[in-house]
Amino acid sequence: MAVTGIVLVLFLIAHMLGNLKIFTGAVSFNHYAEWLRELGAPLLPGVWALWILRIGLVVAVVAHIWAATTLAVRARAARPVRYAHRSKVQGSYAARTMRWGGVIILLFVIYHILDLTTGTLNPVGDPTRPYANVVADFAPERWYVTLFYTLAIVTIGFHLRHGVFSALRSLGQQTPRGERRARAVALVFAVALCAGYLVVPFAVLTGLVS
Amino acid sequence: MDLFTEGDPVADTKAPEGPVEKRWETRRFEAKLVNPANRRKMTVIVVGTGLAGGSAAATLAEQGYRVKSYCYQDSPRRAHSIAAQGGINAAKNYRNDGDSVHRLFYDTVKGGDFRSRESNVHRLAEVSVNIIDQCVAQGVPFAREYGGLLDTRSFGGAQVQRTFYARGQTGQQLLLGAYQALERQIGLGNVEMNARHEMLELIVVDGKARGIVVRDMVTGEITTEFADAVVLASGGYGNVFYLSTNAKGCNVTATWRAHRKGAYFANPCYTQIHPTCIPVSGDHQSKLTLMSESLRNDGRVWVPKAKGDDRAPRDIPEDERDYYLERIYPSFGNLVPRDIASRAAKNVCDEGRGVGPSKLGVYLDFADAIDRLGRQAIEAKYGNLFEMYERITGEDPYEVPMRIYPAVHYTMGGLWVDYDLQSTIPGLFVIGEANFSDHGANRLGASALMQGLADGYFVLPTTIANYLAAGPFEPVQASHPAVVEARRDVEDRIQRLLAVDGDRTVDSFHRELGQIMWEHCGMERSEAGLRKAIDEIRALREQFWQRVRVPGDGEGLNQSLEKAGRVADFFELAELMCIDALHREESCGGHFRAEHQTADGEAQRDDDRFAYVAAWEFTATGEPAVLHKEDLKFEYVHPTQRSYK
Amino acid sequence: MNLTLRIWRQSGPQDKGRMVTYKVDDVSPDMSFLEMLDVLNERLILAGEEPVAFDHDCREGICGMCGLMINGNAHGPQRGTTACQLHMRQFSDGDTIDIEPWRARAFPVIKDLVVDRDAFDRIIAAGGYVTAPTGSAPEAHSTPVAKANADAAFESAACIGCGACVAACPNGSGMLFTAAKVTQLSLLPQGQPERYTRVIGMVDAHDEAGFGGCTNAGECTVVCPKGIPLNTIGRLNRDYLAATRKGGSNTPGS
Repeated sequence: MAVTGIVLVLFLIAHMLGNLKIFTGAVSFNHYAEWLRELGAPLLPGVWALWILRIGLVVAVVAHIWAATTLAVRARAARPVRYAHRSKVQGSYAARTMRWGGVIILLFVIYHILDLTTGTLNPVGDPTRPYANVVADFAPERWYVTLFYTLAIVTIGFHLRHGVFSALRSLGQQTPRGERRARAVALVFAVALCAGYLVVPFAVLTGLVS
Repeated sequence: MDLFTEGDPVADTKAPEGPVEKRWETRRFEAKLVNPANRRKMTVIVVGTGLAGGSAAATLAEQGYRVKSYCYQDSPRRAHSIAAQGGINAAKNYRNDGDSVHRLFYDTVKGGDFRSRESNVHRLAEVSVNIIDQCVAQGVPFAREYGGLLDTRSFGGAQVQRTFYARGQTGQQLLLGAYQALERQIGLGNVEMNARHEMLELIVVDGKARGIVVRDMVTGEITTEFADAVVLASGGYGNVFYLSTNAKGCNVTATWRAHRKGAYFANPCYTQIHPTCIPVSGDHQSKLTLMSESLRNDGRVWVPKAKGDDRAPRDIPEDERDYYLERIYPSFGNLVPRDIASRAAKNVCDEGRGVGPSKLGVYLDFADAIDRLGRQAIEAKYGNLFEMYERITGEDPYEVPMRIYPAVHYTMGGLWVDYDLQSTIPGLFVIGEANFSDHGANRLGASALMQGLADGYFVLPTTIANYLAAGPFEPVQASHPAVVEARRDVEDRIQRLLAVDGDRTVDSFHRELGQIMWEHCGMERSEAGLRKAIDEIRALREQFWQRVRVPGDGEGLNQSLEKAGRVADFFELAELMCIDALHREESCGGHFRAEHQTADGEAQRDDDRFAYVAAWEFTATGEPAVLHKEDLKFEYVHPTQRSYK
Repeated sequence: MNLTLRIWRQSGPQDKGRMVTYKVDDVSPDMSFLEMLDVLNERLILAGEEPVAFDHDCREGICGMCGLMINGNAHGPQRGTTACQLHMRQFSDGDTIDIEPWRARAFPVIKDLVVDRDAFDRIIAAGGYVTAPTGSAPEAHSTPVAKANADAAFESAACIGCGACVAACPNGSGMLFTAAKVTQLSLLPQGQPERYTRVIGMVDAHDEAGFGGCTNAGECTVVCPKGIPLNTIGRLNRDYLAATRKGGSNTPGS
């Protein structure tokens, strides 16, 4: 979980930095999207590099889900009879919502790809004009899309808050001071990432980007 | 009818002659050995998995014997040794403060009020140093100094700092060390562990202990288990008082069943009453909780000067308080030994000056210490104890003085054993609190852990070889009449207990028995009281067999049935304790007879008449027991009157 | 105070079991939780019913034998407290209290509230020790141990093996128990020679016993009556990673 999680986290960072390029204007942003497709040229022709990255990502996602499913199946098997009375969470809320959070994130990612990668669900849906796609997507009259994105990103934030801490722990973080640090890093990172992602739709919503 | 008759004296024939410091070495050399190839062919049963039983089972298995181990708890790690708080003594002299094997020997004989065997105690002091080495090697996390070396403290009024400790959980850490060694042997297949199994009878074939009858507490199945030797490490019998600091399951059944089969029971009346326990809060009370003795280092003990003073403690002005320990014992003050502190508390409560809802309590006040050292310092030293006190009583000891009262804590008596720790039944060895051996009439603080581990790690594994050298013995057949009879006795008893179907619970009988014992055979005993107690115990025992109700059946887990069997044995033991206390017309250590005290109320020994071990032989329930005396000789530590004034 | 108890009753391993409601009156706030159950049991016996079976022994919070899920909390609502040390003043008159056994495949129910925790012993037997046969020990002062390490080792060694960590874990994992022992021994010089075989053996025994995997959810450390810290699991992970890298090689640094 930790290793695949870290791969996905690295992707999230890169993706967020890319998104933020939207503030540099339509030309620059579209150029960035184009650059992504040409990545690796002339060593690799056309979109090959992008596809290699995509395949790598898919492998990480599948492995992440597979590991999570294995843990969930083990957890179920480990407690065949459930408690009649289960009190509310005492540890962290984020930790207890990893599984359903993960499912929600997966559904979101599928929607997100259909929306802004293939353009199937996008009102503009022109793969050559990503800037326009984004602007159309988060237009004020489509507030529900922004709301959905916001909820999904917050879910990702929670997922990351526990995920980052847990990954550090799985890889051997072991001192009390380190634990405090790991928790702080996870929290700051989760908040920063949420902010980084949310700033785009809200900028569109408020007309800052149009 | 006479309560007892006197038989032939009994003697320890195993301790070698010669200088006391050479006896253990001599014995080790003279004892026969078992060749390693033969050890595999021999089985030893060990009952109990506390410090003594756990360490013995692990060590015997390491040596190559096949071991079968039994405990009534769900895991060997739960034995009540785990609750020991203070520490373990050892004559390491790491402090360079004048300690030595001889001084530990001397202190223990004197602390036992000159009622223990010199050769045993000296051996205990000798091996004490090996115990610390052994435990450290196992990874026991003892307290350490900044330089990385072991820390020690003084404990129980000792003038040297020889007590090694692991915060307030020394017993736990030592037990887990022994438990882990035992688990290692279980994992290797050298020990067959039977948790949730209770020994209900000893099997004696042709005069030798050859096995036990056990009940699987989960399935209810009764089985007979055979071995070449049987080791009892089943702990003490403080629960005869119902309320004690013992675990709820602690019982006398294993040793009492062996006693009924011929093993002598020695000095049953020697019980240690610990002065710093949380007082009883009501009829529902099921056990008493010890607050570490170390609290007396900084707390001051007091009661109001006036009888029936009901004011809150903080409203009682300084000059209306009686710091009675400091008043009566100016040189030791609040640090007098356990027996003296306990009796003094009883006396002030008897005068009507006790505090708390039950009036059976005295204050242990930290106000001065908090003023002097600051709250933080007190918190660092005793924080966990204060928390425990608050959890139990709901009072904050930083604000309100603690209330404490004495409680039964340890029993020095037990099955009689010789220097080899063998009882009067050949092949039956008894170790730890279950035997009577090393503490005399009073045990010093931090010595119980020392004795348990000394017996289990070092003494028994050496001495049992001398017995097993004659083995392996003829295999015992399940059809042997002695086996059939032992098994039938167990089954009959269970059926009898289930068949009464009366109108009282086991606990109600146990509580009543405890009250009789506490009243008449507790901190202070008198002839009239003991005679009355014996009559009451007998009457209650009769009632028990007519009116007890044990629900359910013998199949499967039945906790009422387990308790009933144990209480039935406590009745018989209680009677013997009172008889022993009655016959010992002197006061010594944990045995205080009202008739035998000095003019100022201190215990008065009678060395001319009572410098012996009273070893009792069982005849039949309610019939006079037979007293066998083992005379005690003091060649190195000469009896003196203890004084703490 | 007067209370309503809903207690899990199960006559044996094969029985399906159910929650049964009992009323208990005149409960004193000074009673411990188990004393309150004693009172109930005495009444049940006199009424001709089966008393409720529950495990307990020392009743001073150190043996680890007691363990009840009280209103969905392992050992009840008070932190750092075993069920036997929990007192009724933590509850109020008229409360309904649900009492269930530990639930885990590795801890099958024997009867009512009594479960079988042999799995913990098997984990210890698989490596939770230092091999030091009696008599072979060197002089205690021959190896100094830094005080910080000795103290940290003690903190982990305080585990009482009650199983609350498993009971509370959403995954039914026994990792905190396993990690506590691994941590204690890997912090001490005496534990070094077997450090890596120990962690592999214990984790394998843990998984074999049917405990779930750890997801660092942290419920365990919240309910642990001895406050065993969660970072012990980090230590276990680190040793485990090191051990798998070494391919099971025994000696540290080899």
